[in-house]
Amino acid sequence: MPAKLILSLNNSVLGEFPLDKERIILGRKAENDIQVDNLAVSGQHAAIITILNDSFLEDLDSTNGTYVNGKLVKKHALKNGDVITIGKHELKYVNDEASDEDDEFEKTMIIRPGMAGHAAAAAKAQEQATPARPAPGAGQAAPGAAAPAADANLPLGKIQVLSGPGAGKELELKKALITLGRPGVQVAVITRRPQGYFITHVEGTHPVVNGDSIGAQARQLKDHDVIELAGVKMEFFVS
Amino acid sequence: MSLDGKLEIYGITDVGRKRSHNEDTIGSDKELGVAVLADGMGGYKAGEVASAMAVNMILEDLRENLRNAKRGQIDEETGFSQETLVVKNAIEKANQTIYQTAQSQPQCHGMGTTLVTVAFHEDRLTIAHVGDSRLYRLRGDVFEQVTSDHSLLQELIDKGFYTPEEAKKSLNKNLVTRAMGIELNVAADLQEEVVMPGDIYLMCSDGLSDLVEDTEMHSTLKSHGDNLETAAKRLVQMANENGGKDNISVILARTLKPFTAKKSWYTKVFDWF
Repeated sequence: MPAKLILSLNNSVLGEFPLDKERIILGRKAENDIQVDNLAVSGQHAAIITILNDSFLEDLDSTNGTYVNGKLVKKHALKNGDVITIGKHELKYVNDEASDEDDEFEKTMIIRPGMAGHAAAAAKAQEQATPARPAPGAGQAAPGAAAPAADANLPLGKIQVLSGPGAGKELELKKALITLGRPGVQVAVITRRPQGYFITHVEGTHPVVNGDSIGAQARQLKDHDVIELAGVKMEFFVS
Repeated sequence: MSLDGKLEIYGITDVGRKRSHNEDTIGSDKELGVAVLADGMGGYKAGEVASAMAVNMILEDLRENLRNAKRGQIDEETGFSQETLVVKNAIEKANQTIYQTAQSQPQCHGMGTTLVTVAFHEDRLTIAHVGDSRLYRLRGDVFEQVTSDHSLLQELIDKGFYTPEEAKKSLNKNLVTRAMGIELNVAADLQEEVVMPGDIYLMCSDGLSDLVEDTEMHSTLKSHGDNLETAAKRLVQMANENGGKDNISVILARTLKPFTAKKSWYTKVFDWF
């Protein structure tokens, strides 16, 4: 039995809605999967994304917000018994099958990438998502699996020197690995990982980013981070 | 260049406590500085066919082509070293063969495998992975995961639905979003990292990382890191003690001294300092 939401107002039940689609939208307008006709509710207020046996709630930038068990949330992984509040309406999440030992789920399976991505997609998105499939099926292409490596889509990072003799110089971080600094004094390395650029200490004292020592751990660089290394200040930015 | 004497590698794979057979495959070549780990999936015994094909074909390919790679040269277009491109090519070829086998052999229908591969060269390490098999690194006191899983769970974490702590309790643990053998083409994530003497690298299948906390892996490497065999066996034992619900594979690699003094890629950037 799929999980469901029980809609109520002032403790009287108004309806039950099975979560039998990957994406269910709640809101004031009639075209929503779950309509809650009250002015405190935004036209499209929140979405519930269901993947196999788990459901996730996302507030769709509603005017009055979405609360779970009294707490304002933007995104939330639903647990059996959670109470979602929008305006004065309540929706109780009931998932009887929630269990932590289900052998079916122990087997590694492959699903189409980007499932979670649909959650963040605009509510208006027309795309019809295909359901997760329990095994890699022959001939059934998994869209996205053949997408180019993530790093191909990574915006190009650059470093500009802010101080010292090289001030004003720029370096495009086109290489997978670039070593920076003065050997014997302080050296760090910037590596391009699929999820972004990371700076790691190599030699000497730990590099400083935005005024704080990064320690020995790799740290992801964000746009306009200022790196201090061997007495030279540099700015990292993405183009 | 032989890396013998500069690098130690020890690998172990274990069926665990719940499964009847082992679908993981590991392989390594210490002289070449290469290790490969794969976690197969799908069908009756087809998972182990897929993982064995991946490991054996990639090892064989690298034995043939890595020595001939233009050492230390960086490809202008991709920014990767030639060694990394050799690894990428080996993975793509293996993927095609696994895919074609899965298509043509009914008993292999639907098989696939995850993969994590490392290749040590110069002062660098090439890392390639597909799926949820991982690479961790212990350097000094810092233990960190270097790869990022291709899994639904990681996507949910990236999108902000879960914190990494919450994710551990999720049921969606074993859903991978990329695997080898599923399509004609595969996009492996490629990374290069600087290698330091004394680094310990840990490759593992999810049979380890699902059942043993990062902090426990860290402390095991800290206390037994001077003996990779002891450390690897201890890690497998810990996963089994925690249920052993999946096959468990671990490869440990430790760098003993710097590989070469060649630092050609330093030049340009040091002018600033």
